[in-house]
Amino acid sequence: MENTTVSAVKYNAWFGDNHVVKNVSMDMPGNSVIAIMGPSGCGKTTFLRGINRMHELIPGAAADGQILLNHEDILAMHPIIVRRKIGMVFQRPNPFPNLSIYDNVIAGYKLNGIKLHKTEKERIVEESLAKVALWDEVKDNLNKKGNFLSGGQQQRLCIARAVAMQPDVLLFDEPTSALDPISTATVEGLFSELKKNYTLVIVTHNMQQAARVSDKTAFFFSGELVEYGDTEQVFTNPFDKRTQQYITGRFS
Amino acid sequence: MNTNSISGRLFKSSLAQWGIISLAAICVLPLFFILYYIIASGIKVIDWSFLTHLPKPVGETGGGIANAITGTLIIVIVASVMAVPFGVLSGFFLYEYKNNRLSRWAGVCVDALHGIPSIVIGIVAYFWLVKPMGGFSGISGSLALAVMMLPVVIRSTEETLNSLPPNLREAAMGLGMPLHKIMSRVLLPCGFGGIISGALLAVARVAGETAPLLFTAFGNPFMNADMSQPMQTLPLLIFNYAMSPYTSWQELAWGAAFILLSLVLLLNLITKIITHKWKIQL
Repeated sequence: MENTTVSAVKYNAWFGDNHVVKNVSMDMPGNSVIAIMGPSGCGKTTFLRGINRMHELIPGAAADGQILLNHEDILAMHPIIVRRKIGMVFQRPNPFPNLSIYDNVIAGYKLNGIKLHKTEKERIVEESLAKVALWDEVKDNLNKKGNFLSGGQQQRLCIARAVAMQPDVLLFDEPTSALDPISTATVEGLFSELKKNYTLVIVTHNMQQAARVSDKTAFFFSGELVEYGDTEQVFTNPFDKRTQQYITGRFS
Repeated sequence: MNTNSISGRLFKSSLAQWGIISLAAICVLPLFFILYYIIASGIKVIDWSFLTHLPKPVGETGGGIANAITGTLIIVIVASVMAVPFGVLSGFFLYEYKNNRLSRWAGVCVDALHGIPSIVIGIVAYFWLVKPMGGFSGISGSLALAVMMLPVVIRSTEETLNSLPPNLREAAMGLGMPLHKIMSRVLLPCGFGGIISGALLAVARVAGETAPLLFTAFGNPFMNADMSQPMQTLPLLIFNYAMSPYTSWQELAWGAAFILLSLVLLLNLITKIITHKWKIQL
């Protein structure tokens, strides 16, 4: 798999007059896990949603600067194309309740009206579910509805749904905050597997999670990118005082 | 624990409980009386020929309401075919564009339309449709009823869509689905039960409307399935025959009331079944 990179160049985002993301520039190298952490309201989720142009769907939202996907500016592309190249997994598992597990995996094709051959469909379903370690658990229940599964399984189904579209980048918006510890561990375990094929960007307010799963970590504070570097460096030897205060629990 | 300390609260609680039960009973009682009266007076004239024959002239016994049943079915079905697609699409519009000036005005208009008395809709239909068309007709009745159905269908569609979780939309957006696919492939199937039951309730509501039909469909003692001509419907037949001085006609009206009531109850039952069957666990 080619080395897909995402770069933000002087990216700004607003909600009305509220400047939520301030002049953020960062390079996210391919085939790695980038964690974005920071206190509530620091703009990390807004930044993530900017990467696949979901931010602009909110009334009053605006953005400028550049987000480059393999050196191509996504703000100049059609949002629908962007979202097919950059998949997203949300905070709460959101499988389509009207579709079976099987159809949920290929929802990106099925609901967009992209025709696939049956063998092709079956290959995508099995491969995608295997990638999220869900195949063995659900292979006998593929025709049951998506919300027949537990919360953790639903979240993995949502990851499989994003993976099935063969995106370049996968965005995770606090993907485990609605899950129990065991499901969290399973989902975290997927990241090292998934990064072989994709660039993963994960927003989390759980510092331990950022430390466990990521290669690089960014620390956002009131809309600014305070610190960004290799995870080990950020956690053991942060350059900025605010980062140090945050990771030592001085504020959250 | 000693219950004496909370006996005052327990007493108030049971008082409230009995208050609710008795008030509910007072509400339901008149309904039961109406049902009983209609069934008791109507059921004795109901037989197969009542459903399949035309009303007889005064002086002859027997006769049925086949023309009114046919007319009601045709007029209401045509009204639904006109109102439901428009209503559902308008509901989608109001849901999708909440902060849009047009949608805010549309919302106000929908509520205003809901509040217009049915007789006024009948008069308007008379001046706008019946007069230009040169005579009473079934189709003008359908249009008048369709106008009455619209606000109900629009609001119930909008409410149904509002009750769907917002993360469903996000899931679809995140997969790069365009708006029309999100509406047709995600929101519509997930809200189908609610949207259809809203439409059926609107049908049940207009099936018994008399006022708009007085000026439009007008009524017709003969069998007629031609929508450009006056048509008989159940509410019109009840209205005209119940006010006549002839006992046999009055009985016919009671029978028609019973049939109309059964139709409306049947629709409500179907609505319940559909809502239950199509309930999607969110």
